[in-house]
Amino acid sequence: MRSRRASGALFWGACSLALAFVILPLVSVIWMLTAHALPHWSWSVLTGTTSGVGGGLANTIVGTFVIAAGVALLAGSVGIAGGVYVTEVAPARMGSFLRSSSEVLSGIPSIVLGYVGYIALVVAFGWGFSLAAALVVLSIMVIPYVMKSTEVAVRQVPTSYREGGEALGMSGWQVMRKVVVKPALPGIVTGLIVALAIAVGETAPLIYTAGWSNNFPKAQLTHSPLGYLPYAVWAFYNEPYASSGRISHVAALLLVLIVVLLIVVSRVVLAVTQRYAPGRMRRSGGRGLGPFRRPHRVGAV
Amino acid sequence: MAARVVSGGAAGRVWRVSGTAGRPRQGLAGTGGTGGGVMTVDRSAALDGSGRSRVLAVIRKLAGRAPKTFLFGCAAVPLVALAFVVVALTVKAMPAIRYNGFGFFTRRAWNPGSTYAQLVTTHGVQHPVGASYGALPLILGTLESSAIALVLAVPIGIAVAAVVVEMLPARMSSAVGFCLEVLAGVPSVVYGLWGAYTLGPFLARHVSPLIANHIPDVPVLRFFKGPVGAGEGLLSSGVVLAIMVVPIIAATTRDLLRQVPRDSVYGATALGMTGSEAFHAVSFRWVRSGIVGVSMLGLGRALGETMAIAMVSGAELGVNPHNLYLTMTTIAATIVSQLDSAFTDASGLAVRTLGEAALVLAAITLLLNVAARLMVRRVSAGTALPVGRGI
Repeated sequence: MRSRRASGALFWGACSLALAFVILPLVSVIWMLTAHALPHWSWSVLTGTTSGVGGGLANTIVGTFVIAAGVALLAGSVGIAGGVYVTEVAPARMGSFLRSSSEVLSGIPSIVLGYVGYIALVVAFGWGFSLAAALVVLSIMVIPYVMKSTEVAVRQVPTSYREGGEALGMSGWQVMRKVVVKPALPGIVTGLIVALAIAVGETAPLIYTAGWSNNFPKAQLTHSPLGYLPYAVWAFYNEPYASSGRISHVAALLLVLIVVLLIVVSRVVLAVTQRYAPGRMRRSGGRGLGPFRRPHRVGAV
Repeated sequence: MAARVVSGGAAGRVWRVSGTAGRPRQGLAGTGGTGGGVMTVDRSAALDGSGRSRVLAVIRKLAGRAPKTFLFGCAAVPLVALAFVVVALTVKAMPAIRYNGFGFFTRRAWNPGSTYAQLVTTHGVQHPVGASYGALPLILGTLESSAIALVLAVPIGIAVAAVVVEMLPARMSSAVGFCLEVLAGVPSVVYGLWGAYTLGPFLARHVSPLIANHIPDVPVLRFFKGPVGAGEGLLSSGVVLAIMVVPIIAATTRDLLRQVPRDSVYGATALGMTGSEAFHAVSFRWVRSGIVGVSMLGLGRALGETMAIAMVSGAELGVNPHNLYLTMTTIAATIVSQLDSAFTDASGLAVRTLGEAALVLAAITLLLNVAARLMVRRVSAGTALPVGRGI
């Protein structure tokens, strides 16, 4: 018995050690970024525009927000509508076919989408390096995520809600809008936020579609290359100037901050709405099989 | 039944069929086979036979279908995009496929040829003199770095999930969950930057010498020996990929473990098993097939990873990665780092060859995805798998 307990302790010890591989890299990333970005900090990094060896990041910050807003609009509307169709409207076979094609699309590497965006949208369609090409490629990339989260959220709305709506004489369209989509909204919004986090951080599909510019983005869809944060990380990280190295780290730090902010927002949305949700799901807490587990009383299962 | 259809209610949306029993029934648009959407069925107009109302009825019917058609159009976007990607890649890469032939998979050199000499034509394909492309090092680099990532990430991911579900109190497991989400959300360029500045040098200074100096010099293990370099290379790429894949595997395994029925687990402990034994015998068995599936999805993510590898691998073309510390490159990293200079090839062959590489990469990941889904569906129907990198 003692050796069994010892091997158990060894197992849980090894598992706890694995936690280090999650927490240490995160701490190290944030430590490295702040250590490189904060010394010699000047606000011009946020107000100036990029130049050959550094400058500021204002144009890339604006560019990233423009891209994020566009993706939210395009991928959001298409993804949510698609998710609703697949779960609520489509016949079973059609639904599962469309669903699996969207899952397969989500497995295509982003650089492949970027390459196709370049040869098709930028060159063949003649859009040039542009906001439009960037938005289309990024949206195609994140639509599967939005569809999936919409699907999951809509599926959780109880059937009795729909029946209640129909019993009150609502049309199918009204039921869908007011009874099905409304309670599913928090889940849909969370999915959208995750998609935004992906869109903000992606570089590979943008390099050859959005291009690059040292100026603020222009208000035109085609033939208007624009700068964005991830490209600043990639373009300046290996230049032999202190100023460009710092720009690269500041851009990376801003990206991490944006992602953390988005994740916090999505958690808050879920927490607030779950408090008022009818049959709220209880998070099964830990302390099941590991050491320090609480003895469970008979009958308390 | 079809005796008298009285158009009642506002705008004919609610119509009563006063049929056999005289019992009013409400027709619910969209639920039956009535056409769906916001139907304004004006049967009386259609019945009285005047041409104008018939046209109106048709227009109304089409307008009623419009929302449904719109939704269908949106749902079909991924399918259309997928088909477009495959067709566009194949069409673009075709001349390169003809020119490179099967040697593309066996050759090592990546040589765009002379950009100054006159273009020549072979097999009907125009190309610079001396152009010769081989993707073997890229394919090997892609597979090897992903294999390293998976070997590290799968056990770590499972262990993290076990700790979160079975050991930590709810509050702390939620904190670890937050860490996992942030790790999954950190952009790959940031990982690339971290790999190039921090992780790579750390590995080269402290980890690689440890491995290289203590591994016996026998045939297979020779892979782990050799000069350790400065930190850019296969090992660094694999470790960075592992850190990117761990959150996917850990978060999904955690969600799977939470679905294991507690009664079975308690039963195992009631039979006298220790906690870890019950975990192996019940919980782990329960989620095993799901773990296979999510590992393959994690592998898909690792295979397609671009920016981090481009910044950490050393992006060295033309060398087979035959030891753990050599600089190397992958298909994805090559596309992103070579496309820029490929524009200078007036014949367009360089761009087309990168298209062929992209096609190979897409084929590998597609096969993997389909295989993962088939396998998981066969082993256990109904395990919910997250899409792709799913945070």
